[in-house]
Amino acid sequence: MDRPHDPLLRLVGVGKKFGTVEVLRNVDLSIYPGEVHILAGENGAGKSTLVKIMAGVYSDYTGTMEVAGRQVRLSSPPEATAMGISVIYQELSLVSTMTVSDNIFLGLFLHRAGFVRNKAQCDATKRLLAKLGVQALPEQRVGDLPIATRHLIEIAKAMSRNAKVIIMDEPTSALNVQESEKLFALIRSLKSNGCGIIYISHKMEEIEQLADRITVLRDGMLIGSVSAAELPTPKLIHWMVGRPMEQQFSRRAPPTGKEVLRIERFCVAGPLRRHKPLVQEVALSIRQGEILGIAGLEGAGNSHLLSGLFGVYGRRATGRVWIEGKPVRIDRPVHAMQQGMALLTNDRKATGLILPMSIIANITLAKLRDFSTAGWRRTARETRAAHEIARALRVRANSLRMEVGKLSGGNQQKVALAKWMLLNPQLLLLDEPTRGVDVGAKREVYELMNQWTARGIAIILITSEMSELLAMSDRILVMHRGRITAEFSGSRATPQAIVNAAMAPPVEKEIPS
Amino acid sequence: MNQTTPRSNTPAPAGGPSKSDSPSGAVVVENPHEGGRRVGALLHWMGTPVARAMAALLLVLVLGTIFNANGSFFKIATQRDTLREVSDYGILACGMTLVIITGGIDLSVGSVLALVGVCFSIMSIHWGWSAWIVIPFSLLIGAAVGAFSGGLVAWFGIQPFIATLAMMVFARGLAEYISGNMEVSTAMANPDGTYHYVPVPAIFQSINSSVLGGYLAVVTVILMFCAAVAWLILSRHRWGRYLFAIGGNEEAARLSGVPVVGAKIGAYMASGLFAAVAGICQAAQEQQGDPRAGIGSELTAIAIVVIGGTSLMGGRGGMGLTLLGMLTIGYMEKILSLNAVPDAGRLMLTGVIIVTAVLAQRRRE
Repeated sequence: MDRPHDPLLRLVGVGKKFGTVEVLRNVDLSIYPGEVHILAGENGAGKSTLVKIMAGVYSDYTGTMEVAGRQVRLSSPPEATAMGISVIYQELSLVSTMTVSDNIFLGLFLHRAGFVRNKAQCDATKRLLAKLGVQALPEQRVGDLPIATRHLIEIAKAMSRNAKVIIMDEPTSALNVQESEKLFALIRSLKSNGCGIIYISHKMEEIEQLADRITVLRDGMLIGSVSAAELPTPKLIHWMVGRPMEQQFSRRAPPTGKEVLRIERFCVAGPLRRHKPLVQEVALSIRQGEILGIAGLEGAGNSHLLSGLFGVYGRRATGRVWIEGKPVRIDRPVHAMQQGMALLTNDRKATGLILPMSIIANITLAKLRDFSTAGWRRTARETRAAHEIARALRVRANSLRMEVGKLSGGNQQKVALAKWMLLNPQLLLLDEPTRGVDVGAKREVYELMNQWTARGIAIILITSEMSELLAMSDRILVMHRGRITAEFSGSRATPQAIVNAAMAPPVEKEIPS
Repeated sequence: MNQTTPRSNTPAPAGGPSKSDSPSGAVVVENPHEGGRRVGALLHWMGTPVARAMAALLLVLVLGTIFNANGSFFKIATQRDTLREVSDYGILACGMTLVIITGGIDLSVGSVLALVGVCFSIMSIHWGWSAWIVIPFSLLIGAAVGAFSGGLVAWFGIQPFIATLAMMVFARGLAEYISGNMEVSTAMANPDGTYHYVPVPAIFQSINSSVLGGYLAVVTVILMFCAAVAWLILSRHRWGRYLFAIGGNEEAARLSGVPVVGAKIGAYMASGLFAAVAGICQAAQEQQGDPRAGIGSELTAIAIVVIGGTSLMGGRGGMGLTLLGMLTIGYMEKILSLNAVPDAGRLMLTGVIIVTAVLAQRRRE
């Protein structure tokens, strides 16, 4: 293909070892101006390592790296920034207690004799944000802004440092559809300004939408680097996992049994009285063997609904709840667990797992009472049970005594699931069960969901991936601002109808109080 | 796995090493003790906090054999004294370990030690109560003070540093108030301003004695008992596991049904209880209850825990590490005093050694 420009960044024959383990072998990569270059691969394929080499985090690699035709060897992240390479990590690097303009000029303050020129910084920030179309004021504290805006500010910060190559590592993992759209619009404007963008994502829809060129890594090796048109999704998945994938996933819905849960007029109040309620007047019911999907944009209240059901909000959650026809009151997670409920939270690192503890300790944490007599733990029983469930869920680890923090995303998620499955729940609340999980592990999670529902377990599923929602749900509820606005049977739901319901105002008008 | 219906296509696990797939299709967890991995396991062990804490202790012991002060370092009496002198701090460190593992800190232990020492002395010397009453009462005072700090932390969400700092000041004041800001000793004031002396209670003498033909101080035996209790709690009891979980990720622990409030209050209560034990030992050894005892000893206890390798961030650590840290500090102090290093130099060297030990303990990724 004929290209009008030289590459902004070129890697030739790059390899990297950790000790004796080779994590990257002979990888070539070229980033041209004005293109979005997708870096695809399963977890552990070497994407992060490659990003860290480009970002100057690792300097002890083999092979060469050229920036604008000049061979360089970066030895620190600031050097990479100076060369025009900026990385937007999943965990943002903004100081949340400082203002937007202070963050943008962090480390490069405009100053006169050491005194910061606040006014000049604010003006420059205002111009920059206006150019990028970011809705924020320079004087606002970053911590007060929504996550999506923080991402955009992180990008603005990169732009203010004249970044030519911007690397984004799963930037939309915490964003909702609208926010992602904003980000994509910004990415397009960066493209037209001649920036090269390296984009890492596990979401196929995003890849389809954004990609100009795709490079696939597998087990540290380059599988190929082609233009997006040559790599439709099925073929891309084949390249990533190393075998053809006939179908991404299939739901086998068992016949439904008796009602497991019914709620009426379920509300969750905000943290303070002046706050808006998080969940308002929700009614739903679910039967054995059913997967009930709940769709909604970020902030629609679907996560709050699950947390509220599980007793996380204590008495802030009100309404009537029946489990198997019996009215119950759930104020604490323990009550919910006693009623046969389990909640997989949407952020396994923040709220799901105890990262410094072993796999065994994590798996048995919720059931420790049953593994101890008079408080003393029966370690043999604990270990046996943990091994059994880990095997059933195919957790891959050298030893179950390993720290959970050292596992890959997919295996961490399986440990979190194992913890709950050990309780033999009859109702599973799954909030983003495949977030940050690679394609292979995703399929395993779907397969497990099929097995569990076949055993009569009911599942409420929240996911921001439309394809996952449509494929796995037997029935779909859509929420908007804390209320349910639509219900679809699985076969009748279409992406368009769901998005419409998620964005439409509720049927009844809200009366301002 | 045999229940697969014809419609389904059970996926082969992607990405995993296919050699570990068993015939049934389930991926079996690999056995870490297979042959050919011993060297790797040893290297791995060298990087663990236990190995590093041992290395620090070994280094101090090597220094001791070099600067042996004309052989006095090798005497059994020296070993006994080293252990006896560090025992009070070690007992404080037992409770401190529990608290630090939850991600908290307890600054009040030095003051609780003094408070309990004063109460213990008043009850046994002035009031002449039996040890069978005095000891439970003293322990109860320590536990109550600890539970109160724990309540401030767990119920009201006050930062542990602040809550226990307040308790440190308060308990010190209470100790001074109860004692009239004087040592509670066997010298009893007469109405005319003179003093008469009463005999030292038997319990003071038993705690201040030694066993095994004089080669092991009773306070060291008490320390060993306390350490064993703390070790059992942390490694064998459900509550210990809860403490690690809270320190590792409090929110995840709460969502998994861990009784966070109770477990945390328990940790501070245990810390107060151990501080009470240390207070009793201290008073018995000094034969008086000193309201100014234990000033700064909370910092020594924290240093012991941290040098051992328990993380101040919570979630990682253990009682064995604390014992190693205690021996390191104890022997270091002894070597410095055997070699008659003046106090100023001793303090400065202690600071340097703490930093060195903690640097050596730092986790490398």
